Amino acid sequence: MRIVTALTAALVSSLVALPSRADEKPVELKKAPGVEKVEGNCAACHSLDYIKMNSPFMSAATWDAEVTKMIKAFGAPISDADAAAIKDYLKANYGG
Amino acid sequence: MITRRRLLEGASAGAALAGFGGLARSPRAYAGELDLPAALPSGLRGEAALEALPGKKPLIKMSYRPPNYETPIEYFRDPITPNDAFFVRYHLSDIPDATDKAIDPTSWKVVVGGDGANREVALTLDDLKALPAAEVVAVNQCSGNRRGLFQPHVPGVEWGYGAMGCARWKGARLKDVLDKAGVKKEAIEIVLNGADGPPVDKTPDFIKSIPVWKAMEDTTLIAYEMNGAPLPHLNGAPARIIVPGWTGTYWMKHIISIKAVTRPEASFWMNPAYRIPVGKFPVVARFITQETAANTPITEMVVNSLITSHADGASVKAGSLTVGGIAWDGGYGIRGVEVSTDGGKSWRAATLGQDLGRFAFRPFSAGVPASSGKLTVMARATNNIGQTQTAELIANPAGYHHNVMHSVTLTVG
Repeated sequence: MRIVTALTAALVSSLVALPSRADEKPVELKKAPGVEKVEGNCAACHSLDYIKMNSPFMSAATWDAEVTKMIKAFGAPISDADAAAIKDYLKANYGG
Repeated sequence: MITRRRLLEGASAGAALAGFGGLARSPRAYAGELDLPAALPSGLRGEAALEALPGKKPLIKMSYRPPNYETPIEYFRDPITPNDAFFVRYHLSDIPDATDKAIDPTSWKVVVGGDGANREVALTLDDLKALPAAEVVAVNQCSGNRRGLFQPHVPGVEWGYGAMGCARWKGARLKDVLDKAGVKKEAIEIVLNGADGPPVDKTPDFIKSIPVWKAMEDTTLIAYEMNGAPLPHLNGAPARIIVPGWTGTYWMKHIISIKAVTRPEASFWMNPAYRIPVGKFPVVARFITQETAANTPITEMVVNSLITSHADGASVKAGSLTVGGIAWDGGYGIRGVEVSTDGGKSWRAATLGQDLGRFAFRPFSAGVPASSGKLTVMARATNNIGQTQTAELIANPAGYHHNVMHSVTLTVG
């Protein structure tokens, strides 16, 4: 089950389309610029309810730190451009 | 998004409560009980839902993937938490199916070795069951239980009160398993790994360690039974580590690797994760090989209690009222529980219930006078070494060890 190959952005995108868990229902995020970057990157590893659960109290700096942690500590294969778009989206739509 | 309608349509929601201490409730009443504490983040309150994982009653869903589901408070009216209502907590989303050979009981094995062991051995489930069996009733509580109640909020899974449970665990003693490999004198930690892992290979696998002294205690087990039944899939089947008194982070699920090591384990999940600031909490059980000047791994649970007889906001009749709940700690045992109806100015002793051992939930109950109006009942537990609960939150960055005294406000009519 574990994906042991190096992940490319393309593979991440294909993962999103896979059924994840049978009990997982879609989590609707606010429709705003950048939402497709969030869905395309973040949902590869975790359901998007993590974002809503951690709102709206997160400051801009905390959201920045969280996205950086996902990349640096958790190894999420997210491009710099996508990371910037994700941070902007989270701060604008789920920030405190 | 949770809606009242969806809850009412969940046929199993009502059934889940039918067995509660004779307190039959309609699905509608149960739906009302998902009025989560107002102190939780509003984003969580809007998203959480009662949903049933395979083999489980409807629990309060925090996140789908990895699955994080907490137990509704009503289940804590009994000191033993049913297997199908026991909370579910995973860090990483690659969880083997029940039929995966890594965890299928007929093919599962745990490898025991490491540079601090004399040899490497592999044990099957039959091998484990051939060792002397031990039982312990113990609370498994997430380090971050009640994180969602922190003010100010801190990031993480925004748990309410239910990231915990208490079960009767049966298994082999970890020390008997370690003896098969032979632990060298130089070994300082025992490193634990389970069959679950990250969805991408660059994400740190969930690996934890405990000090050798804790691993060698008679009550530290590799459990293959929970409340007389095999472990549920999502609670670590077919075998998990039981570390009574310590927070759930060390209770490795789906255990497949145990290593005695001569150097401190350096996984992400030991440092920087699961750390508490030095000096803020009354820690007796130290994890010295992992300590730094600034912080230390979380170890034993802090003394705590929860009122379970009445939901916050419930209506009761005037007269004599009995309130009750459970108390627990890091394994010293509960000396007493007191309740207050005047905001903590005066306290009355509660009666303690069935004693299932020093690691278990200890029930308590107390009669309080109730006259018409609003009545706030608060509980405070004290353990056998004199530790008690805090009135004010002890802030820490990761939101651990919340043991602020719990209260419910009732409408007396």
